[in-house]
Amino acid sequence: MNDYILEMRDITKEFPGVKALSDVNFKVKRGEIHCLVGENGAGKSTLMKVLSGLYHYGTYSGDIVYNGEVQQFKSIADSEEKGIVIIYQELALVPELSIYENIYFGHEIMKGHAVDWNETIVRATEMLKKVRLHVDPSTKVKNLGVGNQQLVEIAKALSKNVKLLILDEPTAALNEDDSENLLALIRELKTQGVTCIMISHKLKEITAIADTITVLRDGSTICSMDTSEHPVTEAEIIKHMVGREIDNIYPKREKKEIGDICLEIKDWTVEDPVKQREILHHVNLNVRKGEIVGLQGLMGAGRTELALSIFGNTPGYKITSGEVLVNGKPKHFKNPKEAIKDGVAYVTEDRKGNGLILIQDIKYNTTIANLEELVSGLAINENEEINVSNEYKKSINIKAPSIEQKVGNLSGGNQQKVQLAKWLFVKPHVLILDEPTRGIDVGAKYEIYTLMNKLVEQGMSIIMISSELPEVLGMSDRLYVMSEGTITGELSADEANEQTVMAMAVKS
Amino acid sequence: MSDKNKKEVSSGTAKVGLGQEIANLVKTNIRDYMMYIALVLIMAFFTWRTHGGFIQARNISNLINQAAYVAVLAIGMTVILILKHIDLSVGYVAGFCGAIAAILMTQYNVNEWLAILIVMCVGLVIGLYQGLLVTRVGVPAFVTTLAGMFMFRGLLNLSLQKTGTIIVPNAGFNALSNGFIPDIPGVNLGFHFLTVLIGIVAVVLVIISQIKARRQKMKYNFQVTSTPVFVFTLVFISVIIMLIIWVLAGYSGIPWAAVIVGVVLFVYNYMLNKTRLGRYIYGIGGNDQAAELSGVNVKRVTLFAFCSMSVLAALSGVLYTSRLQSATPTAGLAFEMDAIASSYIGGTAVSGGIGKVTNTIIGALVIMSLTNGMNLMGVDISYQYIVKGIIFIIAVAFDVRTRSKK
Repeated sequence: MNDYILEMRDITKEFPGVKALSDVNFKVKRGEIHCLVGENGAGKSTLMKVLSGLYHYGTYSGDIVYNGEVQQFKSIADSEEKGIVIIYQELALVPELSIYENIYFGHEIMKGHAVDWNETIVRATEMLKKVRLHVDPSTKVKNLGVGNQQLVEIAKALSKNVKLLILDEPTAALNEDDSENLLALIRELKTQGVTCIMISHKLKEITAIADTITVLRDGSTICSMDTSEHPVTEAEIIKHMVGREIDNIYPKREKKEIGDICLEIKDWTVEDPVKQREILHHVNLNVRKGEIVGLQGLMGAGRTELALSIFGNTPGYKITSGEVLVNGKPKHFKNPKEAIKDGVAYVTEDRKGNGLILIQDIKYNTTIANLEELVSGLAINENEEINVSNEYKKSINIKAPSIEQKVGNLSGGNQQKVQLAKWLFVKPHVLILDEPTRGIDVGAKYEIYTLMNKLVEQGMSIIMISSELPEVLGMSDRLYVMSEGTITGELSADEANEQTVMAMAVKS
Repeated sequence: MSDKNKKEVSSGTAKVGLGQEIANLVKTNIRDYMMYIALVLIMAFFTWRTHGGFIQARNISNLINQAAYVAVLAIGMTVILILKHIDLSVGYVAGFCGAIAAILMTQYNVNEWLAILIVMCVGLVIGLYQGLLVTRVGVPAFVTTLAGMFMFRGLLNLSLQKTGTIIVPNAGFNALSNGFIPDIPGVNLGFHFLTVLIGIVAVVLVIISQIKARRQKMKYNFQVTSTPVFVFTLVFISVIIMLIIWVLAGYSGIPWAAVIVGVVLFVYNYMLNKTRLGRYIYGIGGNDQAAELSGVNVKRVTLFAFCSMSVLAALSGVLYTSRLQSATPTAGLAFEMDAIASSYIGGTAVSGGIGKVTNTIIGALVIMSLTNGMNLMGVDISYQYIVKGIIFIIAVAFDVRTRSKK
């Protein structure tokens, strides 16, 4: 017998010119963990927005049947009242407020006309216990790590008496430990009767946790797989997601020609003067021509800080010792401009935050870092600019109707490709990629790996920072492991495996 | 969602019908078109209410002279607003600089052109002071320039304390905001010949440059607007230019103020659209961190913007003093309100990163037409403020709505 808590029947949602969802059917059993997967742009988020009432009743066609009744949600408040709570990827907490204020934000506990803060604290403490977060509820949210903030979000959902919890890529920004912790919590909530829909790109955790897996592609339901009937493999999910089989997630390079050292960091020490502590200690690292060097480490190990300090962007930090050598010559980059001039490029992990200018189009973003090349006299040669952007759009397969498309309207994978186009146009010798495939679907990942291989074959050097172990192992010729601001190990591709790397990553 | 942005340069090869093309153009530029229509409606309304007085050559010349000091400020303000900053001090910087110019000319017998140059340098120093506070010390622009508002108001009062209002006798100086370009000597046709000549040259230049740009694009195989739309646009622009020229030529010709605004507008428009600096300004407004990581020196560009703003404020002070032919302690009052409103009415995004100086000029014309028209109608100044406030908020509300739909 099947008891469905939720049935979404023939949901169709159209935007001007685009059919985001067409006749999607989606059924969730009571008390299960249901994973929703699909490439970026497949319609997962749209479907969840329809469910939560953000796209209110009347803007879509089809029925939402919840607990056996057809629902007509006009707003998020309507769906929350029925116990449907959605937690978005971008957390919706107020950083300057305390944990307990955040948990009851929007549904405060009242005593007469005033907020009953004592009762709030008592109940918030209970909720924190449920999510096993053992911190003082009066701690400000901004002082918590991302993992713990995620737990506060869940505590907030529990305080609303959640029956159906929807998590949009909850582990995207978490390290392995925090992810494990979160998944364990989701399992525990299941035993307490909370049904959970989880959107995720991490196939490994999906196969580990899901009772049912539904795959969306191009706005349609492709299949729904019950893992209790037969175990679902990652390859199977990928096949449904992309509609074809990818035999090898990490493409092999045809030729490997590794040359001289191109970029070298010696004895690199960086201090945070405000907190008066070193964040990087005596880091030594090098990358050769035609080589992909992986830089692995858990979140907070100092990898991004290392990359940014080399690149000349250290807001508030002080470099206390060390030198950067480019092709053997010592350099000191005071700002990113100088680094770019010497052929070093840094592709940020946070493409929306500090990578792209979202309100501008593909053309603008492609050329912004190297306008020097397009200038004749005072003015920019706009026709040449269009040519250049069209070339990159074609060569790295940016999927958009034209280069005049606003970057903010592109999917994550295509945004990442625009970032790559921008930095390739700089024609760097050393390319530092920070989490190059975060939040990107399998198809686009494969394209980016292939591009990386092509670039090193042409003689570029790549430093790849990533917290996804399989990716680092699959792509690197050599890799460094970082922990707490120190390089704890250097391994060749042959020596490296999950155990050796993990052991170094947790060493302090 | 996706094919909204098909302007003439998009690389797509899709052939669309003429009707479809026009519909697309309207859709893409609805904000701009609405503003032009609003300006025309406002002008038509005042023409009707003043029995044609508003549209007379004499009043149009007057309007241009009145609008010049606001237009100059608004151009600089647009750059500041694109960068997500604000400058509240511009009014009193203008007032103070105007007073210094008057003092230099009357008490120190400084030549008027040298006085203007000195005053612009004073503007530059003020810009450096405020810009360095914002970029190096990190005081928010709102606070820095609010403090500036206090200080420059004080300095303005102080500098005119002994003398009171200073009458400026220099004819050349006063001509800046009251005079007209001279006609070619010996020609007497009953209208201002040089003005008409300039108009014709302008039209020819516009047509040649547009055709050249279109040819260039076709050479690169880029999609261009269809011939009927292109010809219509050219004819339309030419008619508008000649209409204004004809009205002006029937009176005393082109005012010097229009020439000054025209030069400032041309320089800033070129800077924002064609140069690297312009790109960087839009980039910083869109996402300053991304711009920094792309190799843009955010602090230096911001400093430049504040310097340019204060230099333009000094120029605005010169124009205002010239208009009144005197420096008064009340000069500069509420200039910043008109400048900011002009810029926002002209479509500068409240969230930064978007804005055009050419549209800002239209915004300034809207604001100054309201002032001028209501003055002609004899509307009380209190109501004038209320009406301006309403128009301002409607424009921004419309802006926010159309943008959020995209």
